[in-house]
Amino acid sequence: MAASPDAPNNGGRRLALMILGRIGASFVTLILVALVVFVISSLLPGDAAQEALGQSATAEQIAALRQEMGLDRPAYERFATWAWGMVGGDAGQSLVANMPVGDIISERLPNSLLLAALTTLVAVPLALGIGIASAMNRDGRLDRALNIVTLSMVALPEFLVATLAVLVFSVQLQWLPSIALVPEEAGVAELLKALAMPVAALAVVVMAQMARMTRAAIIDQLDRPYVEMAVLKGFSARRIIITHVLPNSVGPIFNAIALSLSYLLGGAIIVETIFNYPGLASLMVNAVTSRDMPLLQACAMIFCAVYLALMLIADVAAILANPRLRNQ
Amino acid sequence: MSVGRFLRSLRGLSLSGRIGLGLVLFWGVVALVGPMLAPHPVGAFVDRDVFGGYSSRFPLGSDYLGRDVLSRLLSGARYTVGLGASAAIAACMVGTGLALVAALGSRWTDELLSRFMDTLLSIPSKILALVLIAAFGSSLLLLMVIAAFTYVPGNYRIARALAVNLNQTDFVVAARARGERATHIALFEILPNMIHPLLADFGLRFVFIVLLLSALSFLGLGVQPPAADLGSLVRENISGIVEGAPAILMPALAIATLTVGVNLLIDALPRAGRR
Repeated sequence: MAASPDAPNNGGRRLALMILGRIGASFVTLILVALVVFVISSLLPGDAAQEALGQSATAEQIAALRQEMGLDRPAYERFATWAWGMVGGDAGQSLVANMPVGDIISERLPNSLLLAALTTLVAVPLALGIGIASAMNRDGRLDRALNIVTLSMVALPEFLVATLAVLVFSVQLQWLPSIALVPEEAGVAELLKALAMPVAALAVVVMAQMARMTRAAIIDQLDRPYVEMAVLKGFSARRIIITHVLPNSVGPIFNAIALSLSYLLGGAIIVETIFNYPGLASLMVNAVTSRDMPLLQACAMIFCAVYLALMLIADVAAILANPRLRNQ
Repeated sequence: MSVGRFLRSLRGLSLSGRIGLGLVLFWGVVALVGPMLAPHPVGAFVDRDVFGGYSSRFPLGSDYLGRDVLSRLLSGARYTVGLGASAAIAACMVGTGLALVAALGSRWTDELLSRFMDTLLSIPSKILALVLIAAFGSSLLLLMVIAAFTYVPGNYRIARALAVNLNQTDFVVAARARGERATHIALFEILPNMIHPLLADFGLRFVFIVLLLSALSFLGLGVQPPAADLGSLVRENISGIVEGAPAILMPALAIATLTVGVNLLIDALPRAGRR
């Protein structure tokens, strides 16, 4: 672009265009994801009408129900109707509960968001702390110990973490309830007590990956010449990390956080099941068990949309934080 | 990779790497011969007590129906390791195969394949697996296919990046100038040079798949009774949690030692080959 008198303004516009481009790309991906989910879940031989009526239904009954459910229309038309309904917040009728999918989900979604938010508050600072601490002690004893701990935590099945937590805190010590049922009129203290174990179990699972990626991002920067320069200038390790290294590794760190957080809604399946927590993930498992396709599709789309939104936020944050990325 | 070099690289393993190797070998052997060592028949009700503790007759206690936990664990490990390994092999073969096609094929093939894989990658793996299971059901073969399908895109992305880089190297350019065919270049020039990082990736896929399948079985959507993998063992004994029964702890620990072992081993492999 030729230099012009309004250069700074120009840069701002280019930045806005770039961010708009990313939003557009995410949107296209979301549509493609919707297509994949729809194709897998609704273009199968044994269709929902057959499923709902069972073996004993006559051909006429099935045909009638098919027409009522709109299954006799061509696939692309059904996809368009379905996708358009999703956009408008109308996800169709649950086949099993016989009520609008939107109502079921709006009942569960706040629970999931609460669990995710609390876990974020616990896990993100801890993970960043661990990542930074081990990067600063690279190859030291602390780093090696933390490496083995986080490496093992990545590979632990969630139900082991959750089971051990129940065993220790509610069976042996009897400090916490083993079921995370939150009473309607619970105070903050009761709420925290009920959610302590699910939050802890989830935090353990997401923290490890976040901490490892943070460490890798910081170490990647520590090898750069500018850090050596800062060391030679005699700056303290803390100052180098905070004012030099962290701003430069914001991109990958945000990415790590977004990846881990995307896990919190959909990945909470096991934890929600063990603690009987009425969240969105256990709703989706029920939908799979009862083959309630509209509900399943809606849940899957919510998880995918959240994932894409988090990735988009991380992407945009990285662009905003690193001027060099703007010129790519 | 010659056998001698392989042994030498093992000698250089760190302590955590050796622990990992030991665990991996242990579970490999258990998966192969475990069911033959079982002290009791897998499905037999042998203990009058349910959720019995550790004893000389039932080293790992008994489960919720009074069956021997050790025997069930030994046979469950075969399902978990076998399904996990075959799914991981399938995922890596398909992913790497498609990556080679993309790297050596036309620009359009590459563009289409990569776009498709990117789309699949934007669906969280558990969600994708759940949708697939809801649609197709969960027999052993289907579980294997579903787990493999779920982890193809991740392997594809890594293998494609490696293959595209190798495609620019002088020896591949030379091979092309010699007039070698694309399949020859893919299989004999490019593939051997990406084996090391692909092995590490294979290990990671294996861990992910074992965790995914155990989680599915735990939810009752994976391996169906009477067959039981380690995840199913945790599920069926979940009521023993109140008593802290070994029947629920041991299968969970078994999965953890398997996956942690593989992770430790991969992490300790020589770094040079992993980039």
